[in-house]
Amino acid sequence: MNQNAWEPVPVNDQEQILLDIAEMALTAAERNGATAAEASLGHGQGMSVTVRKGEVETVEFNRDKSLGVTVYFDHQSGSANTTDYAPSAVQSCVEAACNIARFTEQDEFNGLADPALLATDFPDLDLYHPWALEMDQAIELAGRCEQSAMDQDKRISNTEGGSISSYHGADLYANSNGFRGFARSSRHSTSCSVIAGEGEAMQRDYWFDSCRDREDLLPPEEIGEETAKRTLRRLGARKIQTGEYPVVFEAPVASSLLSHLVSAINGSSLYRQASFLLDARGKQIFSDKVRIHEQPLLKKASGSACFDNEGVSTQTRDIVSQGVLNDYVLNSYSARKLGMQTTGNAGGVHNLTIDPTTDGGLDELLVQMDTGLLVSELIGFGINIVTGDYSRGAFGFWVANGKIEYPVQEITIAGNLRDMFMSVEGVGADVDTRRSTRTGSILLKNMTVAGE
Amino acid sequence: MTELIQIAQKSLWHPTGLVEQDISRTLGKVMTSGVDYADLYFQYSRHESWALDEGTVKSGNFGIDQGVGVRAIAGEKTGFAYSDEITGSALLEAAAAARSVALTHQDTGSIALRSNKGIVPLYGPIDPLDSLPDKDKVDLLKHAEKLARDLDPRVKQVMVSLAAVQDTILVARADGMLGADVRPLVRMNISVIVEQNGRREQGSMGGGGRFGMTYFTEQGRPEEYAREAVRQALVNLEARDAPAGEMTVVLGPGWPGILLHEAIGHGLEGDFNRKGTSAFSGRIGEKVASEQCTVVDDGTIPDRRGSLTIDDEGEPTQNTVLIENGVLKGYMQDQMNARLMGMQPTGNGRRESYAHLPMPRMTNTYMLPGEHDPNEILTSVDKGLYAVNFGGGQVDITSGKFVFSASEAYAIENGKATHPVRGATLIGNGPEVLTRVSMVGNDLELDTGVGVCGKDGQSVPVGVGQPTIRIDGLTVGGVSVE
Repeated sequence: MNQNAWEPVPVNDQEQILLDIAEMALTAAERNGATAAEASLGHGQGMSVTVRKGEVETVEFNRDKSLGVTVYFDHQSGSANTTDYAPSAVQSCVEAACNIARFTEQDEFNGLADPALLATDFPDLDLYHPWALEMDQAIELAGRCEQSAMDQDKRISNTEGGSISSYHGADLYANSNGFRGFARSSRHSTSCSVIAGEGEAMQRDYWFDSCRDREDLLPPEEIGEETAKRTLRRLGARKIQTGEYPVVFEAPVASSLLSHLVSAINGSSLYRQASFLLDARGKQIFSDKVRIHEQPLLKKASGSACFDNEGVSTQTRDIVSQGVLNDYVLNSYSARKLGMQTTGNAGGVHNLTIDPTTDGGLDELLVQMDTGLLVSELIGFGINIVTGDYSRGAFGFWVANGKIEYPVQEITIAGNLRDMFMSVEGVGADVDTRRSTRTGSILLKNMTVAGE
Repeated sequence: MTELIQIAQKSLWHPTGLVEQDISRTLGKVMTSGVDYADLYFQYSRHESWALDEGTVKSGNFGIDQGVGVRAIAGEKTGFAYSDEITGSALLEAAAAARSVALTHQDTGSIALRSNKGIVPLYGPIDPLDSLPDKDKVDLLKHAEKLARDLDPRVKQVMVSLAAVQDTILVARADGMLGADVRPLVRMNISVIVEQNGRREQGSMGGGGRFGMTYFTEQGRPEEYAREAVRQALVNLEARDAPAGEMTVVLGPGWPGILLHEAIGHGLEGDFNRKGTSAFSGRIGEKVASEQCTVVDDGTIPDRRGSLTIDDEGEPTQNTVLIENGVLKGYMQDQMNARLMGMQPTGNGRRESYAHLPMPRMTNTYMLPGEHDPNEILTSVDKGLYAVNFGGGQVDITSGKFVFSASEAYAIENGKATHPVRGATLIGNGPEVLTRVSMVGNDLELDTGVGVCGKDGQSVPVGVGQPTIRIDGLTVGGVSVE
């Protein structure tokens, strides 16, 4: 086997390369008559390796760069992007954006972020831990991960393999108000997926870990063991009787509920009146146990950032406290449309966190539920943010007397998000920190389950 | 094909002075001993999009993506690297990385290339971005918005989008085959929000295909999309809670064919079947549907969104029979999985871009028409659900469980579609659902050209279709328990 054939770009050069390209783009915009402009650049590289049945299945080397430019002619705007950093390509990209801006219409809400809100403080969030991962080492780790899953039980019948991936890069946001925000980051992950059972009884599941720093990654054997455990527990799954039951969303799928909240309270849904939570600021939207907040400055976390995609300072803030919606999720454009101020969420929320309501984990929530459905996987897109209607396919477990009885499949869970949010009865302390949305398992009082 | 190859070489090789010998040499370098297959995939993609929202065309985007992906396959091992620079040195560097899966690194020398001949293009090598002046694109969006607003005073919001892509690709394979394609693709979409007595609902309609943008200035298309989007939204204003539980379901023609895409399509992709991870693994020749069901994946329909003259491995697309009169006939294959399974490639090797690995993917997947009048099908049902429009769907290929979510559906009572019901997700078991198809209509329709399929994080355009069908038992995920 060969070594990683990609030579990394020296770290100190990277910032200067991105700054130079951004400067080139902003200057070109000005020369083309733009009254304002902004540029977003990203540059990174990585490797991913999958081992299946003990043999290398894929070795992929990634190396990406991008430039996105938005130009403003007063309140007209246009944008363009390219993967080519050659000076002629950067010029063409800016010209293409300017050309589009000539045909779009005046929109008084268009424009750069208010300079007074731009980030001025850039604490080190400890997000950059590049890993000089070599191919042989990646193969060995991925192989150990898969092997440990296969070794758990003879009912593990097949595998989709173990994988290791590593990525590091840098991003720059620059605008014609003089803002320059540069951030380096890295991400490493270990994942595994196996199959248990044969023929029509086959079940597949997966598990993964993902961190900024490889030192924090769980050992590959632990990922393998957990994959096997999660797959085996699904064997013998069946339907359940149609009815109304309490439901626990296991932590890895509970984060989807917070994503639906963000969709409903983000500025573009609000100004288009495309949300079931219009005019909900200041109102009770969750049960009063619930606190949801943003933690953009958490060290090493997945969703950390000092500034958003417009250079605006991110905010450590409560979005929901005691069940009441304090504030929306806005960028500059949607904030102006709504007559409000941006909340530093251009590009999304930062480590959105729902606080546990108990010191206990999933087991304690199951005891609290007593009898009902534990959901471990969701499929499908049956979520209507305009009305709040919710209906998705689910896999999980039937729970009686606080204990898992048997696995369940081929069922749906349905309700309306408005009611679901109000019926949150508990949030576990089993917080899943791998994603930028941080939550433990969540217990809802009641949903409709369709089965037999 | 020769003409397409010339066009592609001009976009992809000439700007940096690459010539055929560079490609031959690079392939020789990748094709070291132990490597069974290798290819280079060059891509130059230009895309443009415009969006109207709240009466204003407030944004537009133009972009260029270009690069080359180099792949080497040794047995079941794949090495892959790519570069967004199409230069001789970037090619050699990517080649060195891709061949890292081989045991030794002895160059095989230069590989002579020959053009992939005798393939009839399914669409013209047009440039959809320049097919309409920019001002006319903006006018088209504004026209569409006005159409929707004028249809009903309850229309409160209109969003219109227009997108065009021109994708120029060139594939050079280690067996010497050189293939090229210039792929236009356009799409337009209108969504509306209507309001009545404080209740809001949405509706959405769009279409497109491998055309220029004038497709949308012809034959009353914006009128059709606007009418349909507003109609759907208004219907939903009257919708009651959907039922929960297992019942007879009648699916309308066209886009509801997403059933086939999710329930059987993914499960019949070659990679899952080679690995034995699909619920359909090892079941060729078995009965997996009622005798009325014949399902194909057809990449050869001219101008359709899911069609391709050649796939992303240079193989001509074809009309592949997946299920014939209820019996499972075949899988969809790319080069690697076909070879490993001892089967023929079927022109289903597709990739999102040069930066992604090809996989077996669907093109246009649909069910052939049957004998029944659609009305006859509806009147045959005493009680059930009639679903005519859908959002997205998803499948777990190993357990075979799939979902697709209705966006327009009606209760059936005594053979008639009665009141509309709110959106609900339908869930079933792929290998079982088609065995419950008791009636197939004579009204085959294909969708209007808006489908996107996701697999392993890669998106590709696809099409679906079907006639009206009756399924005797599918779980409907409403909220209303009887």
